[in-house]
Amino acid sequence: MREGAGDPGLYDFQPYRGRGKITWPGGKTVAVWVAPNLEYYEIDPPAHPRRKAWARPHPDVVGYAHRDHSNRVSHWRMAEVMSKHGFPGSVSLSVALCQHHPEVVADGAARGWEFFSHGIYNTRYAYEMSEEQEREIIADSIRTVREATGQTIRGWLAPALTHTPRTLDLIAEMGLDYTCDLYHDDQPQWVKVRQGSLVSIPYSLEVNDHYGFFVYNMSPREYADTLIRQFERLAAEGEQSGTVMCIPLHAYLIGQPHRIGPFEEALRHIAADGRAWIARAGEIVDAWKGQQ
Amino acid sequence: MALDPAYLEYPRRRHGYDHDLYPWSALHQRPPVAWPGGKGVAVWLCVSLEWFPILPQDAPFRAPGHMQTAYPDYRHYTAREYGTRIGMYRLLDACAKAGVRMSVATNGAIAERYPQLVREIVEAGHEIIAHSTDMNGTIASGLPIEEERALIAASLDALQAVTGTRPAGWLSIARSQSWNTVNLLEEAGLSYCCDWVNDELPWRFANGLINLPLNHELSDRQVITVQQQSVDSYARQIEDACDWLAGEARSHGGRMLPIHLTPYISALPYRIDAIDALLARLAARQDTWFATGGEIAACWAGQVSA
Repeated sequence: MREGAGDPGLYDFQPYRGRGKITWPGGKTVAVWVAPNLEYYEIDPPAHPRRKAWARPHPDVVGYAHRDHSNRVSHWRMAEVMSKHGFPGSVSLSVALCQHHPEVVADGAARGWEFFSHGIYNTRYAYEMSEEQEREIIADSIRTVREATGQTIRGWLAPALTHTPRTLDLIAEMGLDYTCDLYHDDQPQWVKVRQGSLVSIPYSLEVNDHYGFFVYNMSPREYADTLIRQFERLAAEGEQSGTVMCIPLHAYLIGQPHRIGPFEEALRHIAADGRAWIARAGEIVDAWKGQQ
Repeated sequence: MALDPAYLEYPRRRHGYDHDLYPWSALHQRPPVAWPGGKGVAVWLCVSLEWFPILPQDAPFRAPGHMQTAYPDYRHYTAREYGTRIGMYRLLDACAKAGVRMSVATNGAIAERYPQLVREIVEAGHEIIAHSTDMNGTIASGLPIEEERALIAASLDALQAVTGTRPAGWLSIARSQSWNTVNLLEEAGLSYCCDWVNDELPWRFANGLINLPLNHELSDRQVITVQQQSVDSYARQIEDACDWLAGEARSHGGRMLPIHLTPYISALPYRIDAIDALLARLAARQDTWFATGGEIAACWAGQVSA
């Protein structure tokens, strides 16, 4: 990026009108990917100069235990519902989960899920890292996921969405080819990087379950309806040129017993519609790149 | 610019947790639990019964629901008291009508100030869980250990003085604990606490204390007060949860549905009918077992090795 400039120079203005037509396999109009965040939050992380990890003195019992629910209970429930309706996950992974709870990572791998990095822990922030330090967490991510799953990660969602001005350049240099950190489009787009190439794949904050439940305060049924509306519109627009819909999830939210039933209905709706290409992030990036 | 090199060191990056409070265990990989009568879902109704002094204290933190305006905050002081004077009786009636028993997480100050109410709760067959002294009795790291020990003892003493029984369960205000709490609760002779919301069945800390998770996401405070949803939506969400858990119980063994209510939230005239009806419908189901926290913890403990 252009550090210090008002326009960070991440991409050129590329309006929705007048683009080439994107087509998805099988004539589907919208590529749908589900992105479970499999995370580990530390109970007593070191202090970062720019951001506090927990609102309360450690241990923040509710904050920590709520997230622990993902690994003990709700990952398994969420994953089962996804598999039942034919949705693989593309996982935003706190890579230290490979050490702490390898059973969860192995479960995702066995279901054919793709892994990308969400940093080491969701309680370690990238702000103010030196270039060397940031390279170290990227290399750690590549090494850790390869050892745990045999997969070579291709993507990055910054830990707790914390970046440096160098993040996108460094992940591209180190061989990753997609980022989930930019929210400017409903189709994949090239990102300008110092060296190599990088694609921005549409992720979403707006239909992220965290926003649904804790920013917009939706009920479980309202959130399920939101997913269906998002899908219907993107599937309709995708007849002109293929769109992308991402459903970013946190098991400790969507996998709660009062939310999982309505969520399953949304997945059932999308799977039954016929217009969805249900895919992994890397497959969507590859299909788009093949048309550039 | 660089961060302290220690920020990229991870001394507790290992199998299991980054602490030693309790062992790692995934619910879906544990042996199934069975509830009495072969019921699938243990429904645990837990009501918080609290006294908020009109002089709030902010150390270690101000409790949720506490005073908000400049002194004297008549509106919050009296609105909380409404829950105790009026709302609690509506909840007692709702339980009687549905034929169910509950746990009442009670401040020691309620027993000291309103012993008649506490005796009526006990006489109706409900369980008293210790819930600190009063709503200034918050706990977090930084509270000196001797003060925390004394606070726990004062709560238990006040409740026992009225009920004749030492409570077996503990709920911290806002579920907030210090690093010392788990050991202090065990040392005080308690058998379970309700603060850690990481699971949907009971489990044991390394020191033997049981945790009975009181899911804050299913509380009236979270759904109605924080997320600003209606009581009808709340009832719908609880029944959706019950349906889901009953389904899981058929393949994975007994499940638990904790319903955490607050008299000054749920027992208002325009909300209580929906709560009445919810409890009646849940109690009428063939697959539910309404029980107190102590009963659920004991039933679970009888089936698993320590």
